[in-house]
Amino acid sequence: MLSKVKTCVLQGLDGYIVDVETDISNGLPCMNLVGLADISIKESKERVRTAIKNSGFDFPLSRITINLAPANLKKEGSQLDLAIAVGILSANDKIKEQNFDKTAFIGELSLDGNINRIEGALPIVISLKELEIERVIIPFENKDECGIIEGVEVIPVKSLEELILYLNNDFEIIPYQIDININEASIKENLKDFSDIKGQHSLKRAMEVAAAGGHNILIIGPPGSGKTMVARRLPTILPSLSFNESLEITKIYSIVGLLEDNSLIKKRPFRSPHHTVSSASLVGGGRKPKPGEVSLSHYGVLFLDELPEFKKQVLEVLRQPMEDGHVTISRVNASLSYPSDFMLVASMNPCPCGYLGDATHECTCSQGSIDRYLGKVSGPLLDRMDIHIEVTPVKYEDLQSKNIKEETSKVIKERVESARKKQIDRYKGKHIYSNSKLSPKLIKKYCDINKEGQDLLENAFKTLNFSARAYNKILKVARTIADLDNKEFIESHHLAEAIQYRSLDRKFWR
Amino acid sequence: MNNRETLIWLNSLKCVGCITASKIEKYFGEIRFIWTASAKEIQNMSFINEKIKGLIIKNRNIEYYNRHIEKLKKLDIEVITIYDKKYPDSLKNIYAPPKVLYIKGEFLKENEKSIAIVGARKATAYGRWASEKFATELTQIGISVISGMAKGIDTKAHWGAINNNGRTHGILGCGVDVIYPKSNRELYNKIYNNGSIVSEFPPGTQPLSQNFPQRNRIISGLSLGVIVIEAGEKSGSLITAHHGLDQGKDVFALPGNINSIYSRGTNLLIKDGARVLMDINDILDEIVELKEIKNNNIEKNIKYEDLSEEESIIIKKIVEKPAHCDMIAYECGLNISKVNSILTILEMKGYIKQLPGKIFTVC
Repeated sequence: MLSKVKTCVLQGLDGYIVDVETDISNGLPCMNLVGLADISIKESKERVRTAIKNSGFDFPLSRITINLAPANLKKEGSQLDLAIAVGILSANDKIKEQNFDKTAFIGELSLDGNINRIEGALPIVISLKELEIERVIIPFENKDECGIIEGVEVIPVKSLEELILYLNNDFEIIPYQIDININEASIKENLKDFSDIKGQHSLKRAMEVAAAGGHNILIIGPPGSGKTMVARRLPTILPSLSFNESLEITKIYSIVGLLEDNSLIKKRPFRSPHHTVSSASLVGGGRKPKPGEVSLSHYGVLFLDELPEFKKQVLEVLRQPMEDGHVTISRVNASLSYPSDFMLVASMNPCPCGYLGDATHECTCSQGSIDRYLGKVSGPLLDRMDIHIEVTPVKYEDLQSKNIKEETSKVIKERVESARKKQIDRYKGKHIYSNSKLSPKLIKKYCDINKEGQDLLENAFKTLNFSARAYNKILKVARTIADLDNKEFIESHHLAEAIQYRSLDRKFWR
Repeated sequence: MNNRETLIWLNSLKCVGCITASKIEKYFGEIRFIWTASAKEIQNMSFINEKIKGLIIKNRNIEYYNRHIEKLKKLDIEVITIYDKKYPDSLKNIYAPPKVLYIKGEFLKENEKSIAIVGARKATAYGRWASEKFATELTQIGISVISGMAKGIDTKAHWGAINNNGRTHGILGCGVDVIYPKSNRELYNKIYNNGSIVSEFPPGTQPLSQNFPQRNRIISGLSLGVIVIEAGEKSGSLITAHHGLDQGKDVFALPGNINSIYSRGTNLLIKDGARVLMDINDILDEIVELKEIKNNNIEKNIKYEDLSEEESIIIKKIVEKPAHCDMIAYECGLNISKVNSILTILEMKGYIKQLPGKIFTVC
């Protein structure tokens, strides 16, 4: 008897349908698996045999041949177990219904016949839906991440036995579908809040502008000035995710198995790799390339604390992903693309000892060591930083004497949301969602400034010794400030504020 | 004739200086009594030589006095005596204060702060450059320059002040109506328009060499500090410096090449403990009164009528002391985004500048 069932393998974020063809014929009992199967799939023979037996079915004592088609596609992943088991049982006439053309099976078997959760269930289901599959059988534990997809029946099953009962119509399973409220996360009380930070209003303001326009930001300041503290609170003011953004992030997290409660990710990711990180773990890699930190911070924040401590070569690999919004990793086995549209937040000291320019501590660094330290952050990388902000530590007396009510994250977030909404509306059809992504051509179109603003900029370049690269950055940031101010056109005071966020272009740094 | 008039009359005789005047005052109890004293009484004064006694007796009449006053009026010369309210306090406390000052132009105002710049007539290019540089810088922060209107360093110091529309005062060793050296006629007129020409010698007094060391005590007396730009080993400028030290003034000496004979005097001063002058801040840091004047003048230079209300509030805060932008925002009660944009505009208008760490200070 011959049977044919469908399952799926992943290449990066894209899933491909694999036909599992099973033939049972007379001969010495044996089981052959052909079709470029990976070791994890070859091993599945044993899992499948035992699981079938332990689920109360007979394992056919015949010659079993299984072909995974297309034969030229490398196949990986334990999610093929279930399809192989179903194929064998179907070929052995244990299943009544025979038309599985529009059904796919994914799931890993355990020896007792239970179906274990798999990694990457969400991208698989999404791909299958696009490949016109109408029904997907998934492990019960993956139901929350897959239940959000509309247009495909998601059938969560706990064990092989249950699945066979279902396929034979002896047991009913209702397709699982959940309505996700994407904004649920924001309702939840956040432990961190911007109001925790006393003072530092200019830093907070720079963060607000960065969050509103998705601008990359570099924070420079001596130890104890609150750089890390404010960066860790950035997610609390970032605009909420749209459903599609959330889905895309969840796909990536699903592949690497980082989904916390097995459901959709509702908060923008915040990744802060340690400065010993390797370039492969930053952009992604491995024999079968896995997404790196840049992809894990897709639509979120990549925070690099103590930027010059990172290896120079590691920092340089960031340049292309930042520019393109995706990263392509090529290895012998595969060449894969992962999205990497993130906002870079970096912090650094002004010198190796950290106290250059600090009023209360003496800097002990030689000019040479300062130059070397700052030199680690290359020009091309700085080019991609829209906002530079210097911070100074807040004095204790200042904290005490001033009884200032600090703004909460919620208030700031509302402003950020409204500014971001304006950007999305403005750039409809341009495939960009924030001011930070404007190309020079689009800057010309959307960041028009009047005569007064022109004069101001020209004057600024003359008197403040800016480099030419600052020009477009100032325009983009000014655009965001105008959005925050709810103005259609950039006014000169918006430009004036934006100029304040270019510390590193000032002479005294270089 | 009251004391004041008697003093002016006595001084006009060209031979009664401050020391003799003091002796006469001591002798009679009050100086006005010499006007009415008998000729015999005058002859009895043993501390005055015969020639002067003769002059006193000869010219002791109201016609002579009126003629003298008429002459002063004609020459547009103001007279200030030690009895007058206008007489500067700083001179009262020095050794042998001048009894009478002849002034052409506008004398030191009540709160006018001044620094003396002195040096040799024969000066090197370095000395002339330094003289003009420091005069310029002092003028820019609103401090008057006092010097002796001699050739060389003095001339450069005066020009430095005049070219920057500052005030300057020339203290002469001759009568205020005598232009010495002749080549400084233009400078003389400029000083007259930009400050005053001062002398303790009656009009018409010729530039006698013994007069110059004497007037040096006035130069240092009227100033808060004395800058010696260049001086040879036996220069008159060193006399000014020593007068300054006696009067408790700060003395600054411009260091020079040890091979240069023109800098030997200043280098010796440094050796003896004078402040080394390398920067205008050396002066400002030493003299407390000037620190304030610097800030006040900066504020005066700010054209508040050109600034918006918020800009004025912010710049006033920065004038008080350099501050971080956050502090400015708190203290002015303004939004940080507003403050940031105003700071940029003020920076471009040239009123303030940014230091590392987002600290702002006035230029």
